[in-house]
Amino acid sequence: MPVDMELEKVLRPYQYEMPPYPPKVITLANGKKMVVRQAAREDVPVILKSVHPCLFIERDYYDIVSARLYGELLAWYRHRVKSEYTLIGQIDGYLVGIVNGRMETDKVGMSYHTLAIDRGLRIGSHLFAAKMEYHLEYLGQEEVLIVAESPIGFRRWMIEYPLEETKIPHELGGGDSWRLTREIYFAAKPRLVVGERPVPKELMDEAEADIKFADDDTIRERIAGLKGR
Amino acid sequence: MRDVAVIGVGMIQFGRRDEDSLMDMLAYASLKALDDAGLGDQSVDAVYVGNMGGGAIQHQSAIASSLVDRLSLLPAAAETVENGPASGGSAVKNGLLAVASGYYDTVLVVGGEKMRDLTGWRATDFVATMTHPTAEYIYGITLPGMAGMFTRLYMEKYGVTREMLVAVAIKNQDMGGLNPYAHVEMAITKEGIYDNPASIVNNPVVADPLHLYDACPVSDGAAALILCPLDKIKNPAKPSVVIAGFGQATDTQTLQEREDPTDLKAVTLAAQQAFERAKLKPSDIHVAELHDAFTILEIAESEHVGFFKKGEGGKAALAGKTKLGGQIPINVSGGLKARGHPVGGTGVAQVVDIVWQLRHELPKNRQVKNAQNGLTVNFGGFGNNVLAFVLRRVQQ
Repeated sequence: MPVDMELEKVLRPYQYEMPPYPPKVITLANGKKMVVRQAAREDVPVILKSVHPCLFIERDYYDIVSARLYGELLAWYRHRVKSEYTLIGQIDGYLVGIVNGRMETDKVGMSYHTLAIDRGLRIGSHLFAAKMEYHLEYLGQEEVLIVAESPIGFRRWMIEYPLEETKIPHELGGGDSWRLTREIYFAAKPRLVVGERPVPKELMDEAEADIKFADDDTIRERIAGLKGR
Repeated sequence: MRDVAVIGVGMIQFGRRDEDSLMDMLAYASLKALDDAGLGDQSVDAVYVGNMGGGAIQHQSAIASSLVDRLSLLPAAAETVENGPASGGSAVKNGLLAVASGYYDTVLVVGGEKMRDLTGWRATDFVATMTHPTAEYIYGITLPGMAGMFTRLYMEKYGVTREMLVAVAIKNQDMGGLNPYAHVEMAITKEGIYDNPASIVNNPVVADPLHLYDACPVSDGAAALILCPLDKIKNPAKPSVVIAGFGQATDTQTLQEREDPTDLKAVTLAAQQAFERAKLKPSDIHVAELHDAFTILEIAESEHVGFFKKGEGGKAALAGKTKLGGQIPINVSGGLKARGHPVGGTGVAQVVDIVWQLRHELPKNRQVKNAQNGLTVNFGGFGNNVLAFVLRRVQQ
């Protein structure tokens, strides 16, 4: 689309310097290796192809989470959100999960969404943990503000860490924010944050070569199929 | 008493069935069993429904009456049987006695539960209502909590290790992946749930020393079977299977009152009764469905029913003796661990799976070769109400 660069400079928000998230590999319950790495802005069109079919899945609030994530990714792609980042999980090159967030200030992180495209493997838990790891260990922030839009998210984040309740409004609207402080994060880290670095070259090469994505029916089956998900 | 045959069986896929009501699931399973029995328009004399939570979860009671009407089986006698997670087994027992006694000739037994209407913790609380209200429940005990304490004691007394529990979990999920009716289809690996630092997240502690993959899922599901006197079967289209024996025993409601909390007396007694009535012994059994709500229970029950000596069940599991092709294949269906555990449906589903085994109807990768005799154990409470059934293929 045509862009007026002079106006564009006004519309584009300020961006903090964001050190990269170092990739890691996690062995899942089924023995598969999931590479967790930072996505680049130019990856967004491919990632959106995996998010799109989830927009129509009502189960476990996938519709609302996917719709919001779709908008957030698009906003990042079109330079309409400040200091956003996206981490992805890939198994055999296939995209199996997405998390995103942004820097609200240099001290405060804003967690956006967690979308597991393959279920039953705690991919959401692993990716959410990676997101928190990024904010607190690599971006060097003091705290992250978090809300949950599904009971599963509430159980995974608010209860498992456990997060601290606040009266601070969250950017996503809805309920007030819950806060992950450095103290809570480092207390929870031994039981919730895993992964090995460096990622073996062959796995990293496979992940970076191409973000593969399953077809829409497969994604819907993996998320909302009847079998144990 | 008459010999009682299972002439029809049916099951629906266990799992999360958002689109189906409890009554839908019971009806689907029943129709499959009626169809399998070839009853056509012929009605049944009586219907027994095993269900634990219809009143508490769906706010629906008198479920059997409703099912009879739904299936146009009027004026068949109808009863709902509630006996905790042994409700299904109790429904089978009631149907068996009704036919064996000569009061009824054709009986439909169906068991089912719709638990996924609840969040996980509310489902856990619902199941905990079977514990002693003032000695256990009010202190916050849950079934995973009880199983955790039981496991710790069993480990200390009999040398059961986590590796043995992991072997049971992997075996049952492997088999669940082959079962089209199973809730959990995902295979797991030792590396993924035990041997790797990531297993702390993949397989977190639920109730020490039990981990996530030591526990069965919370399931929706239903299964059904049709019983009739063996001597009424003429020119059967399928091999006949009889319920050759059953046993039922109770134990103290609270674990603390048992002389030895690791001794599942009700399992031992129920199995002994079933074997005596069937005139068989544990070594005559070719396939078993045991109540593995937690992996430790498969190991403990395999010892209490007499397949292995005390302290040998875990070693047997680790050595592959309970796998398909092993000394005594246990939970070839995936068991509660993988087929799932819709509490009121489990006891019926176990019998249905054994009937398929004894008819030799399963695909090769799930069929116990030339199976003639099978055993089920349906475990209510924490072993305070247990039913066992011995089934036998009738030689034609």
